[in-house]
Amino acid sequence: MGINLEEQFQQKIDQEIKIEPKDWMPQKYRHTLIRQISQHAHSEVVGMLPEGNWISRAPSLKRKAILLAKIQDEAGHGLYLYSAAETLGISRDEMYEQLHSGKAKYSSIFNYPTLTWADMGAIGWLVDGAAILNQVPLCRTSYGPYARAMIRVCKEESFHQRQGFESLLVLSKGTEDQKRMCQEAINRWWWPCLMMFGPPDDQSPNTIQSMQWKIKRFSNDELRQKFVNMIAEQIKILGMTLPDPDLEWNEETMQYDFGKINWEELKQVIQGNGPCNKERMDARRKAWNDGEWVRDAANAYAAKHSKQL
Amino acid sequence: MKTFIRKFFYGDYGEEKNTASEHNPSRQTINEWPLWEVFIRSKQGLDHKHVGSLHAADATMAMENARDVYTRRNEGISIWIVESKNIHANNPDDADALFDPANDKIYRHPSFYELPDELKHM
Repeated sequence: MGINLEEQFQQKIDQEIKIEPKDWMPQKYRHTLIRQISQHAHSEVVGMLPEGNWISRAPSLKRKAILLAKIQDEAGHGLYLYSAAETLGISRDEMYEQLHSGKAKYSSIFNYPTLTWADMGAIGWLVDGAAILNQVPLCRTSYGPYARAMIRVCKEESFHQRQGFESLLVLSKGTEDQKRMCQEAINRWWWPCLMMFGPPDDQSPNTIQSMQWKIKRFSNDELRQKFVNMIAEQIKILGMTLPDPDLEWNEETMQYDFGKINWEELKQVIQGNGPCNKERMDARRKAWNDGEWVRDAANAYAAKHSKQL
Repeated sequence: MKTFIRKFFYGDYGEEKNTASEHNPSRQTINEWPLWEVFIRSKQGLDHKHVGSLHAADATMAMENARDVYTRRNEGISIWIVESKNIHANNPDDADALFDPANDKIYRHPSFYELPDELKHM
């Protein structure tokens, strides 16, 4: 035995060999992944709630069908990710319990309200756009089941972003009221979207280990900068503006400089004091509790039929 | 061979240490619907391929859920579902012994045989 298990593990990671469920792995790798994948799954599931608000009030049948398809995808993404987390030895019910008790977190962005129809477009373009930047590198993450789930997610996510932009594009060419609605939605979602990438690198203690294990491949600040560069260009097509007076192209760095993020706000939202934290959790718990009789009935039905066979 | 397996997870069908089923024996899963593995044939002429897993109370529900979760965009024309506990897999610790013998039988490969260049159609 020349080298220990932990060194062997790191060698596999360094050689880009994927880790599969039955392989030996450090406990901390397992726990980091359980936390990250389950929070990701929770985010997909809670992420259905702000959009669900607009299903019955979509402006046309076409938009309603699109919104329903998008929300159904998000349910699917949650399921892919829960399955991936389960391969690490946590049960589905345990994960639900962690979400409903408030022990597990989900993306801070879903604690903001969806006040107008334009928010549906802004969520698709900005929130899903930010999510995609995070998710694309995760298709190459070191844990096999997570990477495979992310490939499926990314394939479907691109429609979410495109429909969002297109929906805002329609508003941006509409009446004065529609244009204003479009601009206000962008103003509301811009800063919370920048916060979605997480705290700045020097305050993100887990990043170094996650990068070494190739769970993460880019740091929070790198991805955030990429997002700003991307959106600052795309918004020109909408003829709208971003609510940041400090946003400016920097010839030296060849990047956009941008203003200071209100980290206190992110902290408050994560701690449960965002505008909709309570509403979201109440909705989740209600769905779970109201569904109990269905779960029990299905179990009873299956048990009865397996006896008859 | 003794097997004490409490619960099965996708990719975790052995009885080795430090696998998912060893990770946390105190979990509460009494009321949880069983886990199923989903295999999809993407088009006529191709094999069914594993695409993921899901929970369902019985096979009928598993089939319906598989359709909704894994084939929303023409991903398949045929679905197989198998309850995860019915899948058996080799222990990865035995992989060396299991798969190594193939490596020292290079004469099984066509490139082992050196033949004259003028030999055609072979």
